[in-house]
Amino acid sequence: MNSKWGVLAEYDWSVMSPEFTILGVATLLSLIDLLMGKKADRRILAWIGLAGVILAGYFVIRNTGHNVVSIMNDMYRLDGFANAFKLIFLGGVACVLLISISYIDEARNVPYSGEYYYLLLSALLGAMIMASSADLITLFVGLELLSLSSYILVGTRKHHIQSNESAFKYVVSGGIAAAIILYGMSFIYGITGSTNLYTIAERLPNAFYGGFDLLIYLAFFLMIVGLAFKISAVPFHMWAPDVYQGAPTPITAFLSVVSKAAGFAIILRMFIVIFINIVEVDAKLGMQQPIIAGKLALYISIIAAASMIIGNTLALRQVNVKRMMAYSGIAQAGYLLVPLASLTGLLLDQTVFYLIAYLLANMGAFAVIMIVNRDQQTEDVKGFAGLYHRAPWLSISMTFFLLSLAGIPLSAGFFGKFYIFMSAVGLMKYWLAGIMMATSVISYYYYFGIVRQMYMRPGSTESPLRVPAPIAVVVLLTFIGTVVIGVMPDPVIQYIHTNFPFQQIFESGSKL
Amino acid sequence: MANYFLTILTFSPLLGVLLLAFVPKNLPGTSKAIGILATLVPLVLALMLYTGFDSTAPGLQLVQQMNWINIPLSNTQSLPIRFEMGVDGLSMPLVLLTAIISTMAAVVGLTIDKRWKTFYVLFLIVEMGMLGVFTAANLFQLFIFFEFTIIPMFFMLGIWGYVDREKAAFKFLLYNGVGSAIMLIVFVILFVLTGTLNIAKIAELFTSPMSPFNVPDVPGYIPNSVRLGLFLALLLAFAIKIPIVPFHTWMLKTYQEGHPAVIMISSGVLIKIGGYALIRLNAGFFPQWMNELATLIAVLGVINILYGAVLALVQNELKQMLAYSSVSHMGVVLLGIAAVNAQGLQGAIFQMISHGLIAALMFYLVSLVHERAGTSDIRKLGGLAKSMPIISGIFLTAMMASAGLPGMSGFISEFLAFVGLFGSKPAIAAVGAIGIILTAVYLLRATLATTFGPTHAEHESLADAQAIEVVPMVVLLSLIILIGVYPAVLSEPLQATLQTIASGIGGFSR
Repeated sequence: MNSKWGVLAEYDWSVMSPEFTILGVATLLSLIDLLMGKKADRRILAWIGLAGVILAGYFVIRNTGHNVVSIMNDMYRLDGFANAFKLIFLGGVACVLLISISYIDEARNVPYSGEYYYLLLSALLGAMIMASSADLITLFVGLELLSLSSYILVGTRKHHIQSNESAFKYVVSGGIAAAIILYGMSFIYGITGSTNLYTIAERLPNAFYGGFDLLIYLAFFLMIVGLAFKISAVPFHMWAPDVYQGAPTPITAFLSVVSKAAGFAIILRMFIVIFINIVEVDAKLGMQQPIIAGKLALYISIIAAASMIIGNTLALRQVNVKRMMAYSGIAQAGYLLVPLASLTGLLLDQTVFYLIAYLLANMGAFAVIMIVNRDQQTEDVKGFAGLYHRAPWLSISMTFFLLSLAGIPLSAGFFGKFYIFMSAVGLMKYWLAGIMMATSVISYYYYFGIVRQMYMRPGSTESPLRVPAPIAVVVLLTFIGTVVIGVMPDPVIQYIHTNFPFQQIFESGSKL
Repeated sequence: MANYFLTILTFSPLLGVLLLAFVPKNLPGTSKAIGILATLVPLVLALMLYTGFDSTAPGLQLVQQMNWINIPLSNTQSLPIRFEMGVDGLSMPLVLLTAIISTMAAVVGLTIDKRWKTFYVLFLIVEMGMLGVFTAANLFQLFIFFEFTIIPMFFMLGIWGYVDREKAAFKFLLYNGVGSAIMLIVFVILFVLTGTLNIAKIAELFTSPMSPFNVPDVPGYIPNSVRLGLFLALLLAFAIKIPIVPFHTWMLKTYQEGHPAVIMISSGVLIKIGGYALIRLNAGFFPQWMNELATLIAVLGVINILYGAVLALVQNELKQMLAYSSVSHMGVVLLGIAAVNAQGLQGAIFQMISHGLIAALMFYLVSLVHERAGTSDIRKLGGLAKSMPIISGIFLTAMMASAGLPGMSGFISEFLAFVGLFGSKPAIAAVGAIGIILTAVYLLRATLATTFGPTHAEHESLADAQAIEVVPMVVLLSLIILIGVYPAVLSEPLQATLQTIASGIGGFSR
């Protein structure tokens, strides 16, 4: 017990091995970048980064299936919830690195590409911290690490005016969002006197009945509004179209998948843990009901519904494909909020499954979008015209990604939606289920708009489209994943269910 | 083997897809040959199904069950989604119809002039979807196969259609998408209520007096209002598919712009899914509501018949006339269902099969005329009998079949449906019968104007049908006449199943 390092040496630091790996690799990359010649080819950094991500992924998998471990006074936890999200982040970043390799090499795109790679890793580190922490402070530190890295990454196309503008917009609105979140957190801290989520959960019910209920609601609203920024849900979604359009395409993919998933990690962890103990007597049923399943769920449902409606309808009018994907992402955030709004025991299963399906489809789609945009020198949807004749397999894959995003059967996205939809119906939230279906049908129109261009419109050229190998790998893997999970979702559903038990989020970890 | 028969039948079109994958895309002949030959496999299997069918058994035959997906609910419970197949007297004829129409449409597909390989790949996937809808014994599967028909149809309409094809494709997609979305909502609600997706099982739970759903004051009792809601939602979903006026506009656009082979499967088979599902699901799950709302459905049917017929009367475009005539003829299906007795239901199914054959034939003929004369406007055609005697002759015969001339399938179908409805709702049946007269009028008008009268100068030397083009005509026409003169080929396999359904709807069977 009395090591010369004090209490720090007694923690089981191996739980943080994935984070340490990423941190180490990021540091290594920055050093290599420093020592490399100015003109040297920095693509090697991407491969090193990828190796680091794979190693971290190995550590996460090694950590899965264990009991809850918590270190540093319950500040940092390792549970099924954290592992599930970390795997999603790592998978997403691996794809982003692969599609970056052939995008970043052009000098005109991203000068000083070294920093691009290690900022990506530090953003990843931030996301992983968000998934694992059980403390308002660490959560916020993770959030800011992710956000600050993302702000810079969005602006890495230094000579591109639109990129600069979107980075600026992102910083400003991100700053506002962070301030709003902090403001909300400060109320919670003020009421309970603690920043630890589990301590807060213990103390909050007393405060709720002690006359602080309005303050608690206010804190909830401030936090959810601020966090809506990270997942680009209504009401804080305005930044997404501009930023998605201006950012380098791999970063757009990163924002749409990894950053969004991280937002969900923090939202789920925080709201479920903090508010679960507060119960309220339901006048109609005459029994106690947790307010998170009652009132708060209603507010989350409204946000979800608004995101689905606004995202899907505004996407109809877009001609820029990256903007369109931004609105599509807003809509997807709406779907992803449905499990939280219906709050069943399957919440984590549903969210993680949907995120996997979304990761596959969106990463694949952005990989294709990147190739097409670069080849056609335009981000207009018309750039996809005649793609089928130039690259049949690419367009077939793209078709499946779009089917998956639209939630059409035999794609992973369908089961994702079906799964979510089932719990909404099961809890008799028929209006939410109805909006989900109605907006899905609306989304057919714009997703199939790309399909129309690929198959039904003649393109400017018929020459075959060259696909760089790393991108081809991403497209191939995500395509196989989308289709295989679409036909046989069972193994994935079962894997999630057995390895990431949801109730672990409430269990206190084994301390020393 | 017998256990897997339906699975093999349903997925057999994929054999062709597999072969086509190895064909280079610049070989139109090979692609077309494989495409057509591949539809023969399900056709042979469907004929085997027909001959081996036990027409005395009321329940599902050739049942196959397999575990597919398990959705965990907690550590001990899970909701299983199974892969289940089976056919009964209601679905078997439709499977056969699908196989026949598909082969004929595949032959018609010979006229496509680009991207042959893709066309047949999509075509075969649609065929698989249609077969799957009729062989599914499980709501989830039914939904998935239903979607399998929508997405490839979107491509087929949008790539190989006429001028305004993309609009038609999107209209088709969005309308049918709404329909399937509503369907999915209902299916999930049924899943959550009953914990199963098996169609027969759900029907039993909803109708058996022993089931807790039907005993008031017991937990799990499902009030009538919930059933009514589900019934109406399903009705709405299938109203788009059938289509019931005012949800029919997608059909007009589709039939105007689609390639003949695509319209043949759409008019021949796809719109029958609506009628099939109405009988299988609406009547099967909620017979009491089917009985109580029969008048509403009958009125909808009459509206369809008269609206379709009146608008068909004023169309100058042959394809539009046929589209409206389909609206009108699908009204007869609704009337038959609304009769809630065995004759009526039999009439409905006869009409589905008969219209499938007749519509496929007529759209084919009209598109042949269109292709040769460059127009399908009645005012610009005339006297085609001189230059195209075979096409004109078969056209005339098909028109007669469609108008319900005795000795053809159309007659027996309308006869049964109306006899059924006169038995239960004579007043509505009487109004609906006006449609028969209107049908005769518009069909005769169209036929006379196109085949007789003075020939336009530019149409004097049009080529008549070639040998390969005659095949689908003769096959379809002989089936139409076969059912007309010997209806037992169709009615016998139906009997046992029909009795069960009809007695479920309220003991109206005689």
